[in-house]
Amino acid sequence: MKAIELKKITKKFGNTYANNKIDFSVQQGEIHCLLGENGAGKSTLVKIIFGLYQKDSGEIKINDQIVKLKGPADAIARKVGMIHQHFMLVDSLTITENIIAGAEPSSKGFINYREAERKVRDLSEQYNLQVKVDSLVGEISVGEQQRVEILKALYRNAEILILDEPTAVLTPQETKELFNVLEQLKKSGKTIIFITHKLKETMQVADRVSVLRDGKKVGTVETSQTNPAELARMMVGREVLLKVNRTQNNPGEKVLEISNLNYKNKKSGLSLEDINFSIQAGEILGIAGVEGNGQLELEEVIAGLRSFQQGNIELNSKIINNFSVKERRKNGLAHIPSDRLKRGLIQNFNLANNLVLGSEWDSPYAYYSILNYNEINKFKDEIVKEFDLRYTKNNSIAGELSGGNQQKLIIGRELSRETNFILAAQPTRGVDVGAIEYIHKLLIEMRNNGKAILLISAELDELRSLSDHLLVIYEGKIVARGSTDKFTEEELGLLMAGHYQQGGENV
Amino acid sequence: MSKYKNILNSILAIIFALFVGAVLIKISGHSVKEAYYYLFYGAFGTSYNFAQTLLMTTPLIFTGLAVAIGFQSGLFNIGGEGQLYWGAFVTAIIAIKFTLLPGYLLIFIALLGGALAGGLWAAFPGYLKAKTGAHEVITTIMFNYIGILATTFLLKRYFKADGPVDQTVMLTKKARLPELITNTRLTWAIIIGIIVVFLVDQLLKRTAIGFDLKVVGENIFAAEYAGIKTGKYTILAMIISGAVAGLAGGTIVLGVLHRFITNFSPGYGFTGIAVAVLGRNKPWGVLLAAFLFGALEAGGMAMQLFADIPSDLMEIVQGLVILFVAAPAIFEIIFPVIKKNRGVESNV
Ligand SMILES: Nc1ncnc2c1ncn2[C@@H]1O[C@H](COP(=O)(O)OP(=O)(O)OP(=O)(O)O)[C@@H](O)[C@H]1O
Ligand SMILES: [Mg+2]
Repeated sequence: MKAIELKKITKKFGNTYANNKIDFSVQQGEIHCLLGENGAGKSTLVKIIFGLYQKDSGEIKINDQIVKLKGPADAIARKVGMIHQHFMLVDSLTITENIIAGAEPSSKGFINYREAERKVRDLSEQYNLQVKVDSLVGEISVGEQQRVEILKALYRNAEILILDEPTAVLTPQETKELFNVLEQLKKSGKTIIFITHKLKETMQVADRVSVLRDGKKVGTVETSQTNPAELARMMVGREVLLKVNRTQNNPGEKVLEISNLNYKNKKSGLSLEDINFSIQAGEILGIAGVEGNGQLELEEVIAGLRSFQQGNIELNSKIINNFSVKERRKNGLAHIPSDRLKRGLIQNFNLANNLVLGSEWDSPYAYYSILNYNEINKFKDEIVKEFDLRYTKNNSIAGELSGGNQQKLIIGRELSRETNFILAAQPTRGVDVGAIEYIHKLLIEMRNNGKAILLISAELDELRSLSDHLLVIYEGKIVARGSTDKFTEEELGLLMAGHYQQGGENV
Repeated sequence: MSKYKNILNSILAIIFALFVGAVLIKISGHSVKEAYYYLFYGAFGTSYNFAQTLLMTTPLIFTGLAVAIGFQSGLFNIGGEGQLYWGAFVTAIIAIKFTLLPGYLLIFIALLGGALAGGLWAAFPGYLKAKTGAHEVITTIMFNYIGILATTFLLKRYFKADGPVDQTVMLTKKARLPELITNTRLTWAIIIGIIVVFLVDQLLKRTAIGFDLKVVGENIFAAEYAGIKTGKYTILAMIISGAVAGLAGGTIVLGVLHRFITNFSPGYGFTGIAVAVLGRNKPWGVLLAAFLFGALEAGGMAMQLFADIPSDLMEIVQGLVILFVAAPAIFEIIFPVIKKNRGVESNV
């Protein structure tokens, strides 16, 4: 039986088709993966299935019945649930309260909390979705928040679950756990639609894969009949190099040096302890570690967004401890921030304004304070062309771009600045394979041109293929360092998980 | 939301509010036809009436603009009233004390002093916000009381003219703003208002300062990331906003009252909030919104005078306009076309 069947679904934004006559069907009880480049129309398609967007034309069948979805409520009534990438949870409520909100079990107008907690507990045991039912959502990890979102859908009796890039924010361990949950759900007969950019994951969990490109469907294949290279080709329409070519580097002068850096995050209690490292021109230094072990703190301390208690940061032979963000940028810093929505862009600004952000006082974009939009728009056109930014309306705002294109916008802005140090945090998060190939190529090119790059990433493959040297960070301390070839994948995994010899020199 | 949808929404809001107003007039036992005839007549019927509308419009241009500037920088400056009083007071004192200056220079310096006073008065809450995080809504409300009472105190103590009323002496002729249309009370103040609208619009659209102000208003984390000194811009936004509110007071003193009188403002500073909402915090939008409010005010008075319908009804209409503008969802229910693709669903 078909759980979902879409016929000729079309959706336009402005003059561009986000979805163009898409036929798409999902068997009941399968895990169906949706692949495609940034802006291909994946999120749009699933939002149509969940009733968040209205199709312009076409037909939607759920469980063989033609349906009209006016809003998410209609979809939920037909047992469709969606887990957005940006969670829709209330931080100040408990897990149980979040799950039952809007569908509370009640008698005589009073919420029956005991009943609610019991139900939530039952569900969480049944599907192995471990949560502490009475903790506040604001205090739990991202992985646990995601489990809460899944429970929320299950609590509303969802039989068809849609997950939009669920793994983009998860650690490798959490991803593994999520996949176990998905298998469990599948066993109990649920249907799952799953969006990702990671081909490995697709091969691992999906039964079938559908690929979109430019709003059209390219095809649907059985996972057992395909391989990552073929999927990449279907997505991009050409051969994709899944591995970059990193040649021998010839490092030059020291660009960044960090010595005895100590920082305590008073809110979370996490500390960076005695961080020491340096990066030379023409070198990529990778920071490996499970997210939440001090990477964000390190990134923001270097960028000047947090002040630290002790130590020295030297950039281009100047101690920049007390430099403002602006002075750091003047002194050679480019920064791709790990949290692109919070830091990296302004959702309500158009592309040109987002691209000039940070250079709005510099020539040729401004003369004294007067902005020169001729120059700014020229710059925008260059970046759009060079980075293949895709958008639908001429004056699109950043918030309307697909996730991957938002990332390309930030990368385009930062890498086009004339600097010799690039602080790149999670540069390819949520970006499609074609764009990853491009960004990796670009980073290597920058390195070969003599820039120093600090790469903070949660992707082991990325770190291993780009970095000349690696540091492993665990609970705010550097627990191992060495040239990349010296680490095997297994060793890195163990080190990141905290299995290192106390005091010993690791590798 | 797109620009055109905004405009459409505002027009619908006005039509709707007038419609509900008509129902209220009917219920209260008056003739709708007669009421709206005099409303229109009072606002636009004769050149004198039209001048009256523009006269009512003028202070709202300034106070609306002041609120809009704050909003654009992420600040809710509801201290316009206090800033307006300081502007009026300082303008009046300069105009009274420096009568040796030639006329135009005197007017210019008096208004400049008023703007500075308003800006300075707003700078305090800005500073408190930047340094301590104290919310500007709380502090600006407090500063309203302090500002109004402080100017009253200073007036009574040092500048009160003889007589029972708490007011200064009259300004000399040359310190008064010239009439724009003879035999009306409409002065050059409205031209100054339009010029200020133009300048603020250019500031926000074409300068790096305006750019940074908006960045701080839109996303303070991105502002920090981009190296913008957020505290500095918070204070600057308050100063500009307060200066514009100060001009509201200054132009009333030089143009209409020709002296400073305690409690002269019927709440222009607060009406400015509504004007900014209707104008969607855009300078030219504020100008149009102020004009609408001015027309309702002038027309409402004629309605009361000739048709004996309480002008309070027009205040209700003003309130309804704001309600419908602030809650566009009401229209989306009534006219489903508007709803399509509303808002931005951000993903990833
Ligand atoms: N609300 C909107 N307004 C205007 N255009 C939109 C809107 N939502 C999506 N788009 C456009 O529709 C196209 C498809 O976007 P969509 O978000 O579906 O892509 P995606 O496949 O999910 O990409 P990604 O992998 O980067 O998340 C993009 O060009 C995007 O800019
Ligand atoms: Mg998407």
